[in-house]
Amino acid sequence: MTSNVSITLQNTDDGRGIVAAIIADNPEAVVSTYPAMTKIDCPSRLIMNKTSIEQQLGREFDLHELNLTMVSISGNVDEDDDRLLLMWNV
Amino acid sequence: MNTPNPNERLRKLSLKERYAHLTRGLDWQPTYQDKKKIFPFTDYEGIKIHDWDAFEDPFRLTMDSYWKYQAEKERKLYAVIDSFAQNNGQMNISDARYINALKIFITAVSPLEYAAHRGFAHVGRHFEGVGPRIACQFQAIDELRHAQTQIHTISHFNKFFDGLHDPLHMYNRVWYLSVPKSFFEDAITAGPFEFLTAVSFSFEYVLTSLLFVPFMSGAAYNGDMATVTFGFSAQSDESRHMTLGLEIIKFMLQQDEGNVPIVQKWIDKWFWRGYRLLSIIAMMMDYMLPKKIMSWKEAWEMYFEQGGGALFNDLSRYGIRLPKYHEVAKAEKDHYSHQAWSTFYQYSHASAFHTWTPSEEEMTWFAEKYPASFNQLYRPRYDYWAKAEADGKRFYNNGLPQLCQVCQIPTFFTEPTDPTRISTRTKIYNGERFYFCSDGCHDIFEDEPEKYLQSWLPVHQILQGNCGGTTVPEVLDWYHLNQGADNFDYLGSPDEALWENWQSARKRVIAS
Ligand SMILES: [Fe+2]
Ligand SMILES: [Fe+2]
Ligand SMILES: [Zn+2]
Repeated sequence: MTSNVSITLQNTDDGRGIVAAIIADNPEAVVSTYPAMTKIDCPSRLIMNKTSIEQQLGREFDLHELNLTMVSISGNVDEDDDRLLLMWNV
Repeated sequence: MNTPNPNERLRKLSLKERYAHLTRGLDWQPTYQDKKKIFPFTDYEGIKIHDWDAFEDPFRLTMDSYWKYQAEKERKLYAVIDSFAQNNGQMNISDARYINALKIFITAVSPLEYAAHRGFAHVGRHFEGVGPRIACQFQAIDELRHAQTQIHTISHFNKFFDGLHDPLHMYNRVWYLSVPKSFFEDAITAGPFEFLTAVSFSFEYVLTSLLFVPFMSGAAYNGDMATVTFGFSAQSDESRHMTLGLEIIKFMLQQDEGNVPIVQKWIDKWFWRGYRLLSIIAMMMDYMLPKKIMSWKEAWEMYFEQGGGALFNDLSRYGIRLPKYHEVAKAEKDHYSHQAWSTFYQYSHASAFHTWTPSEEEMTWFAEKYPASFNQLYRPRYDYWAKAEADGKRFYNNGLPQLCQVCQIPTFFTEPTDPTRISTRTKIYNGERFYFCSDGCHDIFEDEPEKYLQSWLPVHQILQGNCGGTTVPEVLDWYHLNQGADNFDYLGSPDEALWENWQSARKRVIAS
């Protein structure tokens, strides 16, 4: 069984850009939209790249800013300066 | 010679380096004081830690970013709360029945935020390792923020609606609020590792998404911009809290093989404790959101069966399995919210929020979402009660319920294999018989009877005369429940009168 990792983001202006960046970088991502939030599931692993988010938002973006938009996650986290990774180690 | 070049700019430290500077080497080794005396709580639970530095926060959050982004969250939240109040947002919710969910929230959930603040401040002092200590200190501040912002936000509704006026007093006294209170006091009186397994892992990682995610989305859908904003503002800290929960579990499991069975036992216990507590949330989601997003059953499948399944699959490499009795929760998902709401309906005279029988439209939705149970078991019950109500014989249960010694919920849940039979378990300990709602609660008692025989059970306390008197009105006074306004059905309540007044004023504007 492949396990999904998951992230839920607020439907805000930044949130829309981040969702677009995630879709662009994770071809297997499945997006579900709810009132006020968007949930993204992806088999085993999901990457959020700083440069992709910056491209979508048209401004500099510090990955710690994700803090303002994230509602929930599922998966092991690893963050460095350039990307945030969610993964299950199986 | 090695003179620094004043024109060369210092290279900015990477995130990993900044986090390492914060969590490694800033601490000191005591010389004249015994370390055991400084950290007296990290040993006695049997958890063995060989290298505290092996713990790392995977977000690598540092102080400067913490304050910067938390301040930003507060500015955003308070801008929304102010405009909600200025624009009379309370008039734009879907229906005033919805406010009853906020009454439960402010009395049952917000006090837990404050209790979490205390708990994390405590473990944030008592962990020997700097990494977990700092993560807990951040969280202690977060949880205080959650309690404060919830009280600020909901205080606006208190200007108009009943039942919101004294949440902390009620939390300490009202019968059904002993369920959340005893849950958290059980956690906070455990050692630091069990506390984190209980709150950070079992509750925050495994279970609270069910509360804060679909319910808050539901608040938005029902026009409550203020609540969804504090909900998501709190939940944005939650990703970090959840991660602390998962990391501390992995840390314990990696540090020593002997930790595995201890951690598994705590996961079993706290899954069950947390799941029972969520029966209130199940009812809020299914019955108290006039416009609905997903059923309790769907949320359980999405967040526990799928999300939790992936998590436990990942943890299986350490020898951890799904929590005991997860299959009971699966069997109960068709019944959970309906049994909880039916119980509160019967005790509406003694509750600080209103109840009602569901509308035909809602029952159609339930039948669709719960095809295996609703029309068979619960619709006939509501039809019967609605008829009794129409005949002027509204049914109230005037007996005091048998409470479970562990979760403190009245023993109204049914057998996992037979939804027409009430589930009760009993155990004789030191010559006294104790009652439980389930095998899960029974096992928790059996493991630590000396802890749970001290439970402050509201029904027992009322019968012993410790709750303001022996009659229902005396007890409700002692709760600070404003009788005739806070309690009984929504229909006929001052809340309903106010709402209908607003609605007819709106219709007059449209007509003119
Ligand atoms: Fe919180
Ligand atoms: Fe939290
Ligand atoms: Zn129980």
